[in-house]
Amino acid sequence: MGSPAVEVQGVSKRFRLYHEKYTSLKERVIHAGRIPHQDLWALRDIGFDVHEGETLGILGRNGSGKSTLLKCICGVLQPTSGQVVVRGKLAGLLELGAGFQQELSGRENIYLNGSMLGLTKREVDRMFDDIVDFAELGQFIDNQVKFYSSGMYVRLGFAVAVNVDPDVLVIDEVLAVGDERFQRKCMERVKQFQREGRTILFVSHAPDLVRNLCDRAVVLADGEMVGMGAPGEAVRLFRERLLEAGDVLGAHEVEDALDVASEETPALAEGSDLIEPAGVGLAPAPVAAAAASATSDPAGAATVAGAATLAGAASGLIQGAEVRTRSRRDDSRPVRLVEVSCVLPAASTRRYLLPGEPLTIRVAFESTRAVTGVVFQLDIRNDEGLGLFSTDTEALGVPCDVQPGPSTFEFRLESVPLLDGAYDVNLGVQTSSGLSDWREPACRFEVMNPGRSTGAVAIPVQAALVGSGALAAATDGLALPADETVVR
Amino acid sequence: MLTGEGSIATRPKTTRVVSAHTSVLARLKEIWRARELLVYLVRTEIKVKYKNSVLGLLWSMVSPALTLAVYTMVFGVFLKNGMPNFVIYLFSGLLLWNFFSTGILTATGVVVNNAGLVKKVSFPREILALAAIGSAGVFFFFQACVMVIFMVALQWAPAWPLLYLVLVAVVPTLVLSCALGILLAAVNVYMRDTQHLVTVLVGSAWFWACPIVYSFQETLAPRFGADGLGWVYFLNPLTILVMTYQRVLYGRLTVHSTQPTHALLHILPHWPVTTYLWGDGVVLVFALGLFYVAMGVFGRLAGNFAEEL
Repeated sequence: MGSPAVEVQGVSKRFRLYHEKYTSLKERVIHAGRIPHQDLWALRDIGFDVHEGETLGILGRNGSGKSTLLKCICGVLQPTSGQVVVRGKLAGLLELGAGFQQELSGRENIYLNGSMLGLTKREVDRMFDDIVDFAELGQFIDNQVKFYSSGMYVRLGFAVAVNVDPDVLVIDEVLAVGDERFQRKCMERVKQFQREGRTILFVSHAPDLVRNLCDRAVVLADGEMVGMGAPGEAVRLFRERLLEAGDVLGAHEVEDALDVASEETPALAEGSDLIEPAGVGLAPAPVAAAAASATSDPAGAATVAGAATLAGAASGLIQGAEVRTRSRRDDSRPVRLVEVSCVLPAASTRRYLLPGEPLTIRVAFESTRAVTGVVFQLDIRNDEGLGLFSTDTEALGVPCDVQPGPSTFEFRLESVPLLDGAYDVNLGVQTSSGLSDWREPACRFEVMNPGRSTGAVAIPVQAALVGSGALAAATDGLALPADETVVR
Repeated sequence: MLTGEGSIATRPKTTRVVSAHTSVLARLKEIWRARELLVYLVRTEIKVKYKNSVLGLLWSMVSPALTLAVYTMVFGVFLKNGMPNFVIYLFSGLLLWNFFSTGILTATGVVVNNAGLVKKVSFPREILALAAIGSAGVFFFFQACVMVIFMVALQWAPAWPLLYLVLVAVVPTLVLSCALGILLAAVNVYMRDTQHLVTVLVGSAWFWACPIVYSFQETLAPRFGADGLGWVYFLNPLTILVMTYQRVLYGRLTVHSTQPTHALLHILPHWPVTTYLWGDGVVLVFALGLFYVAMGVFGRLAGNFAEEL
């Protein structure tokens, strides 16, 4: 390990928010000394070390100061007090292709960008082919960058940054760019960096990515470091914070933070060699959701369409100020979870599921008043924390209006095509004023696979020698017992 | 394939400290480390400037030539100042002046104009201002070539033994441009009028305060001299530098007018070479002092560039 690659020592950063910005001489003179402003501490006394070869995640929701912290580490911003010591060459990916000159060709931009990252011409010469290969630009390398598609632009940006042989790589939520294949390639490169013992600082509000990639993680909230530790621990802390702040978060933001998982799954699946990504949700199980009060059959099995959108990296500064000034009202969290249970189809005979069996997740909850537009969120993970399936009643198109007092709600999964393992079910309730309650884990279930296939997903399969008839055929896969009725 | 021979853990590393206060010396070191970037930025600036124009780099020669033509027509032909080969006199001063003025004019807006870069990429920001001066330096070189062509065409010999003064005078000009460029670039981020103010001041007032299109000795010295105020004129650091160039390239202290009177014109003062050397030296010392101050101010202000832009 040796000495830390990055030392963050008591870093604070104050932003001055001017209600009106006076940048002309006349205005400065007129308003000299009494320009109305508000101090906003984007960071308050942050201190930690990043060891050499370590991958450190920085978790925090929008406006928590994570990007400001990264900018201080990169040297784009100077901290108001405290300092950052960086040992070795640092390549920052604050924004892909940030240093590009529109009028220059890709080739010229590689040299320009390389020299910005502190390389000599000879060093760039040596890496040039790797960069062009990685960016997959081919003959376009001599075209002006302004004619590039956004994909090409971003690829070139990433290619330069990761090929310049940095000691410390700083990535600010830029991995979610480019097409799926390029994302995977980026992720591979990040993993290669980890194997090579480079230090990586990684900012995300996607907990799964942090859990998957990082050795440790720091959690920021409102500019303060609320914790640092193993990724699982940090993610838990992050979620708790998110819940605390739930009453002031917009619904979109919560969704954003919780559901980024589905956006990131391709990369994750690739990383853990589990399965090839198949669309947005892993193992797209048909699911029916219905409020217990609803009598008619809900619109059958609704397949979840990817609704997750990545957050615009819009600065949460102003919002952060609002967050602090707005008071929390209990009234904004009317719906509380009482009990969440997994109802197995054959609970009397065994305490586990067979692959492909149906599963009902029963949610007992309480409401202090009548609330319309309640959204129940379901999130299933394996024991490594990998998100397997997430959905919510909004995505399923099931409106839920709850009455005051206790009620019950059910997610009825028609089929759980998973193989051996223990699975966590997380459950959230959201109202128009924000996240109302969240349990992680809310309940667990286990799946036992009677067959001999291995992996994560139960895929019905038939194997046969073609042409030799049915004699050699064998079947394995979903064991749907005919004697047990599927709850509908 | 990336690691080369040394492993990541063992290879030598430079340490960089990001904090609110960095010394001028530390900043200078950072600039030195990023010198290659400076070269690239200068090249970019020049390339981008003429990227989509037909004449391209030729413009850097055409535009001063046009300026020269206009001034020569106005002063030489219509106002009849009577100076033989006035265009050489004019060009000697303009050469140095253009270097100075284009340098600081571009440098003033350079941080604001590169907001995208400043907000997202970390490098010593002074480099941007220096690159502006650097590209002005390249144009200075091109214009010097045009000057040589003019002198050959007009068969006008410079003061050969004093030729080294061309280099002596260009150093203080360079340092002064860098100092002002850095200072103004930083101030302009906080007060955007700086750009306009500089354009007006440098473009007209300062230009006419220098003996470029007129001769100090011929026009102003008699009046100033009578009041004993000649020294005021030399408070302008550019004056002595411009005169050094004229001393070398125009080369004549007195000439006979081309007008029918053939009167004797006193173009430059009868100073020994040491006066020019001393004058340029004093400006250099002043410029170095200003440079230090500019670096200090820039260092103070640079920390908040990213949030001000």
